[in-house]
This record gives sequence, structure tokens and C-alpha cells, in this order.
Amino acid sequence: MSESVSPVDNGVNVGALLDAREALTAAPQAAQFKWRASCNWVGGTHSQSKVESFFGLGEEQQHRTTFSFEADHPEIFASADQGATPVEIVLVGLASCLTAGVAAVAQRREIQLRSVRATVEADMDIQGILGIDSDVRNGFGGIKITYQIDADASKEDIDAIVAQSAKRSAVYDIITNPTNVSIEVA
Amino acid sequence: MTSSALKEQPVVAGAVDVVVIGAGHCGLAVSRCLTERSIEHVILERGQVANSWRHERWDSLRLLTPNWQSRLPGYGYQGSDPDGFMTMKEVVEFIDGYAEFISAPIHGDTTVTSVSRDEDGYRVETDRGEWRCRSVVVASGENNRTKVPPLSEAIPDSIKTFTAHSYRNPDSLPEGGALVVGASATGLQIADEIHRSGRPVTIAVGEHVRMPRTYRGKDIQWWLDGAGVLDQAIEDVDDIVRARRVPSPQLIGTPERATLDLNVLTDNGVETVGRLAAVNDGKAQFSGSLRNHCQMADLKLTRLLNTIDEWAEESGAASDADPPERFEPTRVPESPRLSLDLHSGQIRSLFWATGFRPDYSWLNVPVLDRKGHIRHDAGVADSPGMYVIGLTFLRRRKSSFIHGAEDDARDLTEHLAGYLAGCSRPSAVSS
Repeated sequence: MSESVSPVDNGVNVGALLDAREALTAAPQAAQFKWRASCNWVGGTHSQSKVESFFGLGEEQQHRTTFSFEADHPEIFASADQGATPVEIVLVGLASCLTAGVAAVAQRREIQLRSVRATVEADMDIQGILGIDSDVRNGFGGIKITYQIDADASKEDIDAIVAQSAKRSAVYDIITNPTNVSIEVA
Repeated sequence: MTSSALKEQPVVAGAVDVVVIGAGHCGLAVSRCLTERSIEHVILERGQVANSWRHERWDSLRLLTPNWQSRLPGYGYQGSDPDGFMTMKEVVEFIDGYAEFISAPIHGDTTVTSVSRDEDGYRVETDRGEWRCRSVVVASGENNRTKVPPLSEAIPDSIKTFTAHSYRNPDSLPEGGALVVGASATGLQIADEIHRSGRPVTIAVGEHVRMPRTYRGKDIQWWLDGAGVLDQAIEDVDDIVRARRVPSPQLIGTPERATLDLNVLTDNGVETVGRLAAVNDGKAQFSGSLRNHCQMADLKLTRLLNTIDEWAEESGAASDADPPERFEPTRVPESPRLSLDLHSGQIRSLFWATGFRPDYSWLNVPVLDRKGHIRHDAGVADSPGMYVIGLTFLRRRKSSFIHGAEDDARDLTEHLAGYLAGCSRPSAVSS
């Protein structure tokens, strides 16, 4: 599979992904991952989060470097705007997950991508988080993602790539389906 | 006949080359092929011929394939309505007629309780004695049990739940709203029927396969048959594991040859929501993925119609057909409902159209994978001399169809004959 001589190159090693899928089908325990982040309060609504390690393939894994993320709220919330708001970081997670999937699916389907751009917009009625109206939820009312994709493929094929990417996307699943969350104070 | 030896539940009912488990269309097709090769065999059947078709279907169900397509080795539909769809009673008559036509060696009312390996073959224990054989063909079907998700445990007791095996018709439902979980052929047919009974229906829709009943003036099965889609072999499929998991297409067999898809349900007033993702504190939570699932189904339908149109041109079938058509995309509500309070009284009954699974609880041969399915290569099970037939996409796309039994039965009995020939040779494989 990985010997493909296809001239299409989106920079995704589909052969390796398919090999991994085969290996993990035979050894499902190695497919058990844990993803982690740590978050430190800086001051006000400003926090800094770090991502460095995760668990997978049966052992601890390290990113090549520690990644850090600033989060804050904008000035109209009387905050210092030292970083993106956490809800925007959620949108970043969704768009980047789907976009990675677009590249992988296109590679698998041997479609050369020239450019991929996603814009994400989410509606929120902040009467929820402000506790003004208990009928309004805290989170998004809805999320709209618009892709502009330039590729050697028909409109239908491109639509199918995006739809397939959503089908296999972790963040899309996390956002569209409920997840149990436990919060403890150690 | 052997039946006289069955009095008093003797320890050994008989020894035979092949035991076929199940007298449905697949078991009978295998029997016919074995008879053609003069291979000695019996069919063990827990009830009567076509037992699942008799007892495990809802009242209004008809085949999803037109009558002309119902055929078994050496036998075809003889009636006057080739384009119609058999009721379950007619299916039973058809299969019964076949059993008689081939004089199948059926031992009815004989439930297999265990199949295990034995030094030179298999030991098949039943509630009417034990059989020894060199080869076993598992033709017991793949829809023996309904599959219900673990979250079903969180459904409040006040809601009456049904499955394709417990439901017969809407009369047994309480008055009030119904939630149908699943959008395969089963889910859509039940949602439509319950809605017509005057109960408000909500249908939870995950991955599904959209298909019109007729296309360009002909039945969709005519096109799939002609274009070779149904004959597609597992070698020609990119990912057979995925292909075997695809839900049944949204089809219904009616005298009107009507299409039943989500747009039809929406027009009739059924509410569509996303996949049932969780039940928390008595609240059903639906996935926000409805639009994506519908779009995928629409895109796949277009690809299928493109395939059909190409074949229609190449083969000349187009000259005798209506012009190509494309169907309106599935209409999805602007903001589909994401939750439903199951304690509110709005929902009184719930139907799990979440699939089926085979029952191999009697199979004491280590051939099951971690999901409980028989490990097999195109029907040749991972245990010498054992075969399985009648599973989705076993060897071909049509494998789970009545007319799909013939080719699979021929291929597998050919393999089986080779196996028997191999082990009957002295000092060959057996020790």
C-alpha cells in the first residue's frame, strides 16, 4: 500500500496511516490513547496552557517541543485580550482537525490539493453565560464552517472529501456528540 | 428414514458428511448444490422451513427486491406479478415450495445446541440427539438477534420499547409520540407506518444509504443487477470491512413501488433528528451531525446514479429507459432538535432500528473474532471443513439477497467437495 507511485502529494503519508490501521486492528490495546493539556492561571481571565506529552501505542510519548497557548477574553468583556477566547480555541480545534482530514482523505483518493481554506463562525447568545436567561445554553447555538478548496477534482468529489473528513474527525465528534466530563479538585 | 431413529432422544442421531444448520433460502441452496454433487447431508432446522421469515418479521414487511429477482438454484418466481414485492407469507410459500422441489433432507424442530470439533470433523449436538459430520455449513442467518445500543439501559421505564423482532404492527403501541432510532430500511418503514397510525414520530438518523425505488422508469434493483453492482465481488471493494457494515438501503416494497426516503417522511410530518448519542437524566441527546450524514448519503446516491447512467449508455439500456434524473437533496431542518425529554410524556414508545447480529451461542469452535463474528475468508471459515453463508457481502454484494444465495452456495460447495475429497484420502491431512 505504501508503495504507491501516485504523483499526488498532499504531504500526508497515507501508506503509514493505513499500515497503522492494520496494525491497530490486530492490537486494539495499542490504540488506547490519552491526550493531555495543563493550564496555568496567569491573572484575570488570562491563562496559559501547555501541551507536551500524551500516551499511545502502549507508552508515554512526547511532542517534539512543548506547545503553549494563551487564552483570555476581549476588552469588551473588561479583559486584557492577551489571547484568543477559549471558545475560539475550540473553533481552531475543529477547523484544524477537519482540514487535516481533508488533506488525508484527498491523498487517499488521489486528489491533488492546491489550497484549502476554512472559515468558521459560531453563534452564541451570551445571555447564557451571563446567567440572564436560563433557557439559553452557554455554548454555541450553531457552528458554520465554509471551505474554499482548490483541487483537481469535481465539486462533488470535493464535497465528498469534506463530508468524509467530518465523518472521521475526532473534534467534529466531540462537538456534535455529548461527552462525560468529570471535574475534580485534587 | 432417519426420523424413526430419533425416538427416546438417542445419543447419536446419525453420521453424515455434511450438516447444514438452518433451512432458510441459503441452507436450501447449499442443500441443492450438495445433492447435485451427490454429497450426503442433512439440514437441521430449529423450527420449520424459512423459520425467521415466518416468525421474526413485522406484519407489513415485504421483500425489498422485486419478484423477478427471487430465484434459487434451479427455481424461479412463477407468479403473474414479476414487478411486485412478496409479502412474508409469499416468501415463506416460495421457500417452502423450493424445499419441496429439491426434496431437501430437513430435520425440522431440531435445535442445534452445540457444534464442536472432534478428531475427524464436527460433533453437532441437538435437542434430538447428536450428529457427527466432517463438514458443517452455518446457514443460520445473521439477523438472529436485534442489536440495541448500551445507552438503551438509560431509557425510562415509562417508555415502551420495541425491536424488529418484537414489533408486529402499530396496534401494539401506546398512543402518543414515538421515537424511531435508526434510518435503515427498517427504521424508515417503521417510522412511516407508525406515523400513518396517527402517532407523532421522531426519527434519529445516523449513517444511512439513500435509494429511490424506481429510477428512469425501472426498479432500482433492475439497474443494480444490470450494471453489475450486485455481482461486485469482495476483491473489487476497497474496504470490505466497511462495506459489510453499511446499513441496508432505505427501500420499501409496496404495490405502488413508492420511494421511501427522509424527504418523504419529512413531507408527511415526521421530525428528523441526528443520531441518538446519549441519554442523560432521562434526556435523549441527538448528534449535531445530521446534516453531514444526509449530505454523505446524497453524494453517494449521486455517485450510484452516475454509475448507472454510464452503464445505461454503454449497454444501450438507456434507449429503453426514461431520461436521467437527479433527486432533491435531503432537506434537513435549519436547527435540528438536539435533545428530547423522555420524561415529558411526548414520547411513549421507542423503536430500536439499530441493526441485527447473528447468534452463535451454540458454536463451540474457536472461530469467533472479538466482535462475535465468524472469522472466514469469503465464507470459508477459519476451521477446516466449516463454512458460513448468507452474511452481508460474504462473497458478493448480493450475498445477503435471496438470489445471492445461488452463486455463493455453488462456490462454497465446490470448496467443500474439495475438502471432503482431501480428507477421505487415506493418511492425508486428517492426522
